[in-house]
Amino acid sequence: MSIVEMVERLGALVLDGIVRLGAFMLFLLNAVFYVFVPPFKPRLWIRQTRIIGADSLFLIILIGGFTGMVLGLQGYNTLRRFGSDGALGTVVSLVLVRELGPVLAALMIAARAGSAMAAELGSMQSTEQIDALTVMAINPIQYLVSPRMLAGVISFPLLTSIFDVVGIYGGYMVGVGLMGAPSGAYFNGIAANMDSHDIMTGLYKALVFGVIVMWVCCYKGYHAERMATGVSRATTEAVVLSSVLILAFDYFLTSILL
Amino acid sequence: MSETEINRRAGSAQPARDAAGAGNAIEVRDLRRRFGRQQVLAGVTLDFPAGKITTIVGPSGSGKTVLLKHLNLLLRPDSGRIVIDGIEVTKLGATGLDAVREKFGMLFQAGALFDSMSIFDNVSFPLVEKTKLTRAEIAERVHETLKAVGLDGMEAKFPSEMSGGMQKRAALARALVRRPKILMLDEPTTGLDPSRTGAIHDLIRRTQENFHLTAVMVSHDVPAVFQVSDRVAFLHQGRTHLNGTVAEVMAADDDVFKRFLAGKASGEENETALAG
Repeated sequence: MSIVEMVERLGALVLDGIVRLGAFMLFLLNAVFYVFVPPFKPRLWIRQTRIIGADSLFLIILIGGFTGMVLGLQGYNTLRRFGSDGALGTVVSLVLVRELGPVLAALMIAARAGSAMAAELGSMQSTEQIDALTVMAINPIQYLVSPRMLAGVISFPLLTSIFDVVGIYGGYMVGVGLMGAPSGAYFNGIAANMDSHDIMTGLYKALVFGVIVMWVCCYKGYHAERMATGVSRATTEAVVLSSVLILAFDYFLTSILL
Repeated sequence: MSETEINRRAGSAQPARDAAGAGNAIEVRDLRRRFGRQQVLAGVTLDFPAGKITTIVGPSGSGKTVLLKHLNLLLRPDSGRIVIDGIEVTKLGATGLDAVREKFGMLFQAGALFDSMSIFDNVSFPLVEKTKLTRAEIAERVHETLKAVGLDGMEAKFPSEMSGGMQKRAALARALVRRPKILMLDEPTTGLDPSRTGAIHDLIRRTQENFHLTAVMVSHDVPAVFQVSDRVAFLHQGRTHLNGTVAEVMAADDDVFKRFLAGKASGEENETALAG
């Protein structure tokens, strides 16, 4: 291969990457734009809020509970070494509210609702249902993607809040109920050391993660290849990319919001 | 047979108004479209007379599906013109395109019915989303259309509960429910056994006559599809190779078309077909 050919290929790769990134960004802008453009279809985003939010509730409670229990167990054993087991409530609640709540809830919703969304849209793409919408003069982004985006923005902070509360009670159950940490200090510590900034930090993160998961999962499903492996590949890529972006953005958001 | 009877080359489409005076529902002029390095449409010129069934046939990779996707406005050409019902669509914006889309109904190859909806919801969908008809009016129109395609009483079923032929009928009902002027059909008999293929062809002919439609059909089902067609356009290597009435095209002394009818593709076509 000559140098000219190598440069050509490299240039083509770079251009392809730029085009893909541009399409990815335009997809988000379109989806957000059509949230505010009539006709508004409340039944669509209510349905999506049920699918993303209400249907994920059990999983969020389960994972939130176990996460809090592990934090209670580990936190108690660690803090006891320093004679600080009275700070267990503060540690569990701050770790949950600022960090683990939004991140783990987002990862769980991406795995459950995000993957289902990518698979559904991918299947619609491969069976020409999205083309059918276009031919019927119905904007598929406005009909399929914008309601999911709105539902994600509503559901993620709510689910994260529930995750936090259940986690804090999980930590209480194990740390206080099983291990014997002081009961009063647990909730007093939370009241004394957690402020609205901590809570809002977690909710801002949940909001951003909601947009990321909906954006990535809808994009991957919407652009699934029309072949046998297209839907499965889109689903896998949606969950992997969502998870990576959640963790990457978590770092940047933490840096900004600290 | 003279060149005026059968238009062989791009640029030789029939006049905008035929002898019967019905005119053309769709006119395509020198349509070109490239995907990467592959020139899929290399200058298609073709007319679709109003009130007739025109079937586009051709070997795999000849560009017939891509041509249909330009006619139903899912793709934009690199160059050339498409006029639908008197409107030049190639330079229209999104709003203008939506207005033109309301003039036609489309039957997709696999039906493209929405899995999560019942047949009633599928067929009523375009009316619910795009018209201001009352619920009673919508229900009446849906029942009327389902009856026309022989699916009366199937309203509550879901697509997964129906056979392939019934799904095609339901999809046809959805395409017809807004009473379009033009009906586009992409391989309407794919995946059906021969008896159902005949039934769908009969239904297409009956529907076209009952609803006074202009129909544009892409089909690989030759020569069976010629029985329901008024005109045939044979695409080869991205160009209109033959175009005329069924009788004219069948009588054409053309080696490429004869090889196609005999099911013999050239080496190049075989490669294209194998490449997908």
